[in-house]
Amino acid sequence: MSAARPVIRGVAAPLPRENIDTDQIIPKHHLITVERQGLGRGLFSEWRFAPDGTERQDFVLNQPPFRSAKILVAGANFGCGSSREHAVWALLDYGIEAVVSSAFASIFEENAAKNALATIRLSEPDLRALVAAIDALPGAETTVDLQACMVVAPDGQRFRFEMAPARRRALIEGLDEIGMTLERADRIAAFQQRDRQQRPWVYDIPGRREEAPASHDNSPRRHT
Amino acid sequence: MAGRTLFDKLWAAHVVDELPDGRFLLHIDRHILHEVTSPQAFSGLRLRGRTVRNPEMTFATSDHIVSTEPDRTDDTVPGGAALIRALRSNARAAGITLFDLGDVRQGIVHVIGPELGLVLPGMTVACGDSHTGTVGALGALAWGVGTSEVEHILATQTAILERPRRMRIFFTGKPARGVGAKDFILALISKIGAAGATGYAVEYAGPAIAALGVEERMTVCNMSVEAGARMGFIAPDEKVIDFLRGRPYAPRSPLFEQAAERWRELCSDEDAAFDAEVAFDVSGLAPQVSWGTSPEQTIGVDGVVPDPDSFAEPGRRDAARKALRYMGLEPGMPLHGLPIGKVFIGSCTNSRLADLRAAAEVVRGRKVARGVRALVVPGSGTVKQQAEAEGLAQIFVDAGFEWRAPGCSMCAGLNADKVAPGERCAATSNRNFEGRQGPGSRTHLVSPVMAAAAAIRGCIADVRSLL
Repeated sequence: MSAARPVIRGVAAPLPRENIDTDQIIPKHHLITVERQGLGRGLFSEWRFAPDGTERQDFVLNQPPFRSAKILVAGANFGCGSSREHAVWALLDYGIEAVVSSAFASIFEENAAKNALATIRLSEPDLRALVAAIDALPGAETTVDLQACMVVAPDGQRFRFEMAPARRRALIEGLDEIGMTLERADRIAAFQQRDRQQRPWVYDIPGRREEAPASHDNSPRRHT
Repeated sequence: MAGRTLFDKLWAAHVVDELPDGRFLLHIDRHILHEVTSPQAFSGLRLRGRTVRNPEMTFATSDHIVSTEPDRTDDTVPGGAALIRALRSNARAAGITLFDLGDVRQGIVHVIGPELGLVLPGMTVACGDSHTGTVGALGALAWGVGTSEVEHILATQTAILERPRRMRIFFTGKPARGVGAKDFILALISKIGAAGATGYAVEYAGPAIAALGVEERMTVCNMSVEAGARMGFIAPDEKVIDFLRGRPYAPRSPLFEQAAERWRELCSDEDAAFDAEVAFDVSGLAPQVSWGTSPEQTIGVDGVVPDPDSFAEPGRRDAARKALRYMGLEPGMPLHGLPIGKVFIGSCTNSRLADLRAAAEVVRGRKVARGVRALVVPGSGTVKQQAEAEGLAQIFVDAGFEWRAPGCSMCAGLNADKVAPGERCAATSNRNFEGRQGPGSRTHLVSPVMAAAAAIRGCIADVRSLL
């Protein structure tokens, strides 16, 4: 956790393609793991590596200035598709601390927030200008300033972005959301107690009461 | 006071607290786990000495990585056993009901939820899978979450959410024969785009939705996320109530009747206002086929592959160009007649009994074309058993289809069911992403009847010629 800090400064790799889905970010065979660590080698692996394992030279993260990128600049709807949090873990494990795009898929953005991977939204024209600025000065530093809500391109152009204060604070400070919610345990208990009167069928589950320890070959009660 | 939408009602009924940052703490009525996105959540709990708050509201099954071989074991898929066994031991330790391999109730999370009556109208449902919206077809507020959220829900039985905006998609018209739920949703996504509903909770409504069976409605809700929406749902009606009566985990009489009374109230008020409305007429719609690597890249089977230059936006143009290169297609080519190597009937989109019945109608008395490998993967052991009992399995087997054991199979592409590099597959699943069905795989998303037609003809074919 808490990979981010108030200012993320480093090489930004342009990947200005729309609808980059989580199957591309972390192809599925890397999901066969019970760990969160070590997923960086699977990042974009279908695009990074040929079937024989050699690097594809035409892929941005294989080109010298961008190999050590800390920031990824991607096309609209980044992170669409599967809910796999492995996509976020892979980006962080590779060393990416911020992704800049014009739009993110909701689940990806949520997953990123939980892991302090910064997701920065710029307008389409600003995103294009940022990509152009990076293309003009490949390897020069880009800055994502979470405090000032500003992206500073290699040529000094500045792009403002909006981010909910809570999300910004979580990125900068790193928060234990579960711990915070557990502090509201009494409210959760009160809700359940009240709700149980309203919707008893949510809490009283006959099928579960009747579960035999060995439930094999139990046919459902009704065929449709 | 203006009326409330179905979403407003479902949301309000689950708010535990409003957080200082403007987000909401929502109660989760049902939490469904699977083997691929839950192990790290349990290890997160252990790391901090936390426990599962409401194991009785949590249910689990293995579906993503399981083999679909009839004689499968934990070890059939290399590496899979660690995940399957982790779920088993985590469920046992926490007292969570697990529908494990070998249990007839095992199956795809979004298939078994409704089938077992775990999911009921008016519930909030979370699962570590993006297609959780599927079960919104019962009138539930259901959405997919990542592993950190799985951990949060395990520990607290709540989730933290920003309140989404509300969209209604109103389907009108009468579809042609051979055109159904899958075509509705594919055509809709091609119209509004893969991010067209991002940030929205989507209510599907209108006469064309009301006319669909409950299982077909699940197909529509299933693909909400392919338009960017985490939640898609439909107001429950008598069809839903009848569907649920007698399910093993549904309430029993007289509680069932009491619950049903409440479920009938779950609908948008007539004067309710939405943040966005979309109207879609399904009359005259052709069976849909995707041509690219995003579900939005879809056209009617009677259409031709579009020219990337025909897209106004530079991003879409560029995406179309890349997609055509990957798919081995040229602008202007008809999709009809495109030879295919594989056919996949299955996935949380289209593996329920209604899907298999529709496909079997097309297949009956015919043969799978030479050189085509065709799979039917029922969504659950229950579906499999029922399909066998009513003779559907025999129809598929007689035609030359493989009849497999339940799981995500060739949609998730995690087990041995894969499409070869460069090979085309007519698939009833939900994603045609690059490499989704195996490295280099070329997926054409279609309905179950269109997949059946492709299997028989050996190419992308218009099912209307076989009806």
